[in-house]
Amino acid sequence: MKYVDEFRNPQKAKALLREIEKLIPRIDICRHRPLSLMEVCGGHTHTIFKFGVETMLPDAVELVHGPGCPVCVLPMGRVDDCVALAETPGVIFTTFGDAMRVPGSKKSLLQAKAGGADVRMVYSPLDALKLARLYPEKEIVFFGLGFETTMPSTALTILQADREGIRNFSLFCNHITIIPTIKAILDSPELQIDGFLGPGHVSMVIGTRPYRFIAEHYRRPLVIAGFEPLDVLQSVWMLLKQIAEGRCEIENQYNRVVPEDANREALAAVNRVYELREFFEWRGLGSIDHSGVRLRAAYAHYDAERKFSVPALRIADPKSCQCGEVLKGVIKPWECKVFGKACTPEKPLGALMVSSEAACAAYYQFGAIPRQKQGTNAA
Amino acid sequence: MTALPNTKHFAAPVRRRGTISVPTVTLAHGGGGSAMRNLIDDVFVSVFDNPALAPLEDQARFSLAELSRLGDRLAFTTDSYVVDPLFFPGGDIGKLAVCGTINDLAVGGAIPLYLTCSAIIEEGLEVDTLRALAKSMALAAADAGVSIVTGDTKVVHKGTCDKLFLNTAGIGIIREGVNLGADRCRPGDAIIVNGLLGDHGAAILNARGDMALSTAIESDCAALHELIAELLAAAPATRFIRDATRGGLATVLNEAARASGVGIEIWETATPMREEVKAFCEILGLDPLYLANEGKIVCVVPKDEQAAALQSLRGHPLGWEAAIVGHVTGESPGRVVMNTAFGGRRIVDMLVGDQLPRIC
Repeated sequence: MKYVDEFRNPQKAKALLREIEKLIPRIDICRHRPLSLMEVCGGHTHTIFKFGVETMLPDAVELVHGPGCPVCVLPMGRVDDCVALAETPGVIFTTFGDAMRVPGSKKSLLQAKAGGADVRMVYSPLDALKLARLYPEKEIVFFGLGFETTMPSTALTILQADREGIRNFSLFCNHITIIPTIKAILDSPELQIDGFLGPGHVSMVIGTRPYRFIAEHYRRPLVIAGFEPLDVLQSVWMLLKQIAEGRCEIENQYNRVVPEDANREALAAVNRVYELREFFEWRGLGSIDHSGVRLRAAYAHYDAERKFSVPALRIADPKSCQCGEVLKGVIKPWECKVFGKACTPEKPLGALMVSSEAACAAYYQFGAIPRQKQGTNAA
Repeated sequence: MTALPNTKHFAAPVRRRGTISVPTVTLAHGGGGSAMRNLIDDVFVSVFDNPALAPLEDQARFSLAELSRLGDRLAFTTDSYVVDPLFFPGGDIGKLAVCGTINDLAVGGAIPLYLTCSAIIEEGLEVDTLRALAKSMALAAADAGVSIVTGDTKVVHKGTCDKLFLNTAGIGIIREGVNLGADRCRPGDAIIVNGLLGDHGAAILNARGDMALSTAIESDCAALHELIAELLAAAPATRFIRDATRGGLATVLNEAARASGVGIEIWETATPMREEVKAFCEILGLDPLYLANEGKIVCVVPKDEQAAALQSLRGHPLGWEAAIVGHVTGESPGRVVMNTAFGGRRIVDMLVGDQLPRIC
């Protein structure tokens, strides 16, 4: 595959790994414990497992899989609201695929669909708007979730609906913002993270500037990383180089996509349509101030939460769940009490077992393989 | 059947084949009366024609003596086909229903002989569509040298099935000495596939049209019993064969690893796959190892027969791109591990449910 294979070149990977090895003796922390780097974005987690990147890294570098899977951090109460909306007569509930299996307190969207609710998987909010044009007698609700990556596309869809005067379309808005989330992790007293791989696609929208406080105030380096395996390895190398040289900066490995400045048009659409919520509830992390957005009053008629009645109950995470500690890097997924026992991808208890981008499901599915145990050549 | 009095006064009725002149199937065609008889005659009997079917009894009858001349065990299987759309690039539900059940027999080492055909039809289906699909079944069966010997037709209310569901059961005979099983894999054995993986799954997803991608990927739907017979002649100690249908290569390997209590190691670079299929999966966030195939088998062969097996497969038109993709190991029993092209390793597990595309 042209334009992709270049970023998956195994020879270049070996060369990068040699450079990473060389830096380790120069890093003090590595004498006492492995260096702990968090990839914030679920897309990175997926790449790391799919290509086996973690199994290639030296033991002195550990990756902690952060909170950047929007499907996983969705609290159970919000999933219950989704189910309630989907089960409202006359509603076609549209969603991205991997949100279908997230467990609510009683059922998932997949189970609601089996029970007769009209739940449809779409690839874009514009597909949902298409359904609204196609079925004027139905109410189409789109389940908007994701960080700044997906926020502009739902904002533009709302603006498009408004221009066309479409009234049978609404958004169940669960968009979240990255910066307050990273801040919440950094403020956690148990924090054990030495550096961050920054989210590439979010940064495509917000640019590189909003991360500065991480280096300046919290003294942690961050490298905005692309999603191919060489991107991840190069970003790890850049982080190690910073730490070895005693620097602490925001660097941009993904500069083929991410500009220093924000994408003004995307942000303008986002600002026009959304306002910050005072707080938003996160699964595993609790309530984080200003970490979610909702539709502004001018677009209230597109807000599914105002258009329909949703239960909006707060459902506590199961007590045995340690998703929060895993998210913050305090424990590894397999150290959770219920990992692989009460909590499996078939019957996820915690959110991190749901999507393949989430740390626990990734470990369960792709597995932890002893490092450097490389096999011999193919037959 | 009780004989009517004075039957000798009536001339023996010559049964003429019924025909159907309406454009769509209605509930009347499932009612058991003459409309149903006409539908069956017109659509199915006319194309499936063979001596076992001709009497149209409620069952087909075979001579045990004839069957036992071919081997020492009977293989019996059933599969239902609910694919949407009914017609797709490279095949249709009819061809699939014949080839799929033939393959289910053949991977057990059986010579496929007889198939059944049950059709569950949603009222409103065009009769011409049904005719085309029945013809496709007849053609696939004739090509493969099997007979469709008995069947059943039901018509259901609109909305209670999706256009047409087919079920085919199949009977085959296993030759003496042929013993294949998922539990027979041993460390050192080679894992071989007979060609490019993932075509069927990608073709079907693409044919559904909701992805709005344009590709020329065709289903690999094919009957593999001849290829398998040649393989078993060339590599008689073959341990296990399975068609990599739903769940793809990954699922078959996991089943073998678990049943045999062995580890399996495969190489991403050795796994044959079309660039289009890889790109299709890349765009949609799917893993091609789990994509369905309808003309691909996974074979586990002892090391000393791997060269002969590979040569035999590559000598057949349905196996010329056959490749060794990995081997059985004694490590981590029950686990399938893949060496990625990038240089890492990862576990390839069973899927929980369907593959769901990722959000970003």
